[in-house]
Amino acid sequence: MNTVDMQQLKAGEVNLGTSIMAVQFDKGVVIGADSRTTTGSYIANRVTDKLTHVHDRVYCCRSGSAADTQAVADIVHYYLQMYSQQYGAPPSVHTAATLFEKLCYENKDQLLAGIIVAGWDREVGPSVYNIPVGGGLFRQPWAIGGSGSTYVYGYCDATYQEGWGKDETVNFVKNTLALAMSRDGSSGGVIRLAVITEDGVERLFIPGNELPRFWEGKEVLGQDMNKTFTHLAQMEIEA
Amino acid sequence: MTSIGTGYDLSASTYSPDGRIFQVEYAGKAVENSGTVIGLRVKDGIVLAVEKLVHSKLLVPEANKRIQSIDRHIGMATAGLLADGRHLASRARDEAQNLRDRFKEPPTLKAITDRLSLYVQAYTLYSSVRPFGISSILGTVDKTGPVLYVVEPSGIFYGYHGAAIGKGRQIAKTELEKLKLADLTTREAVIEAARMYGVRSHISRLKFLLLTRIYLVHEDVKDKEFELEMSWIGPETQGRHLSVPKELKDEAEKKARESVEQFDD
Repeated sequence: MNTVDMQQLKAGEVNLGTSIMAVQFDKGVVIGADSRTTTGSYIANRVTDKLTHVHDRVYCCRSGSAADTQAVADIVHYYLQMYSQQYGAPPSVHTAATLFEKLCYENKDQLLAGIIVAGWDREVGPSVYNIPVGGGLFRQPWAIGGSGSTYVYGYCDATYQEGWGKDETVNFVKNTLALAMSRDGSSGGVIRLAVITEDGVERLFIPGNELPRFWEGKEVLGQDMNKTFTHLAQMEIEA
Repeated sequence: MTSIGTGYDLSASTYSPDGRIFQVEYAGKAVENSGTVIGLRVKDGIVLAVEKLVHSKLLVPEANKRIQSIDRHIGMATAGLLADGRHLASRARDEAQNLRDRFKEPPTLKAITDRLSLYVQAYTLYSSVRPFGISSILGTVDKTGPVLYVVEPSGIFYGYHGAAIGKGRQIAKTELEKLKLADLTTREAVIEAARMYGVRSHISRLKFLLLTRIYLVHEDVKDKEFELEMSWIGPETQGRHLSVPKELKDEAEKKARESVEQFDD
C-alpha cells in the first residue's frame, strides 16, 4: 500500500485527511481547520469549510469521511433545533457533544468520523469536547484532530498555556494548523478560523499565500549561525 | 354543579353541556380528602412534608413512605390515592432515566414534569381509563436552582414558591404565605433563627417553620393519630433528595409541639 491508510475508507470515498483544532480561552473558543478534501491523491476541494454550524453558539470541526461527518452534523443540527424549541433555551455545548458522541458510538461500525465540538453556553461558558473515531467524549482545554494533528502534538503540548486572551489563542491555532498543513500531505489550502463567544461567531480566513512561515527558518548554508538565530527570534515575535 | 347525576359523569371522554369533565373533578375530590402535603421552595433548597394519617396501630412507624425519589436530586410527594402515586412516580423515574441517557446529565425537573403532565392528561381522554386520583408535588435543585411543581389530575401543572394539597391545604396555604422570605424582615428572621435554631442553616430554619405549620393545620383538622414524613434537598444534602435526619426531625417536631401549645394559650 503506497498511500496513507485511513482504514475503512471505501474506494473513491471523499476524505477529510485533515488538520482541525479547537482551543478554549477565557471568553470563548477558537476553532480552526485547513481546507483540503481529497479522493486519494486528487484534491476534490481546496477551499472546504470543515467548521460546521450546529447551533447559534456551538460548532463542530469535522475529520474523517466527508459524507459521514456531514450527515452526522446535519442530524445533530436537527436535534438541536428541536431541543431549543422544546426546552425554550439554547442547548449547552455538552448537550451537543453528547448527541454527537451517541451517533458516533452507536454507529461506529459504519462511520469514519473524528469530531471536535466547541462553543459557548450560559452554564459553563466556553468548552471544547473531543470525540475520537469510534466514540468517547472528552472535555479538553484544547483539542487537535485529523491526520495532520499527529505531527503537532509536541508543538501544542510545549506551547499551550492557560490564561490566554483571544488574540494569543487565534495565533496558537493559526500556527499549529500551518505546521500541521506543512507536514501532512493530505492537509493544506487555506486556514479557516472561527471565534465563538457570548456575543457571536466571528469568522477569520487566512489565504494559502499568507500562512505563517515562522518555522521555515533561513537557508543555513553559508549563513552566520548567530545571525540565523537572531532572525529566528525576530520572526517569532512577528508571528 | 347543576348537572350532577345526569349521565355526564360516567366517563372521562364525555363533556357535560357546560364543558366540564366530571371524572376529572371527582379525581380532584380524591385528592382533597387525603392527608395534607406541603412543599416549600426556598433560596437554596426544597422541603417536602407529608401528614400521614395512621389508620392502624399495627403499622410499622416510619415505614410506608409517602415521599418518593424520582432521581438522585428529585423528590415527589403525592396526595390522593396512594397506588396512583406509586404508579406516577414509577413513570416519572422512567422519564428521568430516559433524559439522563439521552443527555448524559442530571435532568431538569421542567423536562420531566412536562412529560409527566402529558401522561396524566392522557388519562382524561378515554372512556376506558380513570384519571389519576392524585396531585403530586415535585421538587428539585437542578442546574436551574430550586424548583417546585404541582401536577393536578387534569394534567395541568404550575410552579410554586410554596404548595399545599390535601385536606388541610387552605389553612396550610395561608400559613405558607406568612412564611415567604420576602415577607419576613431581616430582624424577624434573625430573631427566629437565634431563638429556635442557633447556627442551623437557612433551610433548616424554614423546615422547622414549615413543621410548625403542619402541626397547626393538623390541630385544625382534629383527626386521628398522624405521623410526619419529611424530605429535603439543599446544600446540606449535597443536592440529593433525602429524608430529613431523625435527630433534626425530632428536634423540630418537639419545638413545633411547644409552639402549637403556645398558640392554644
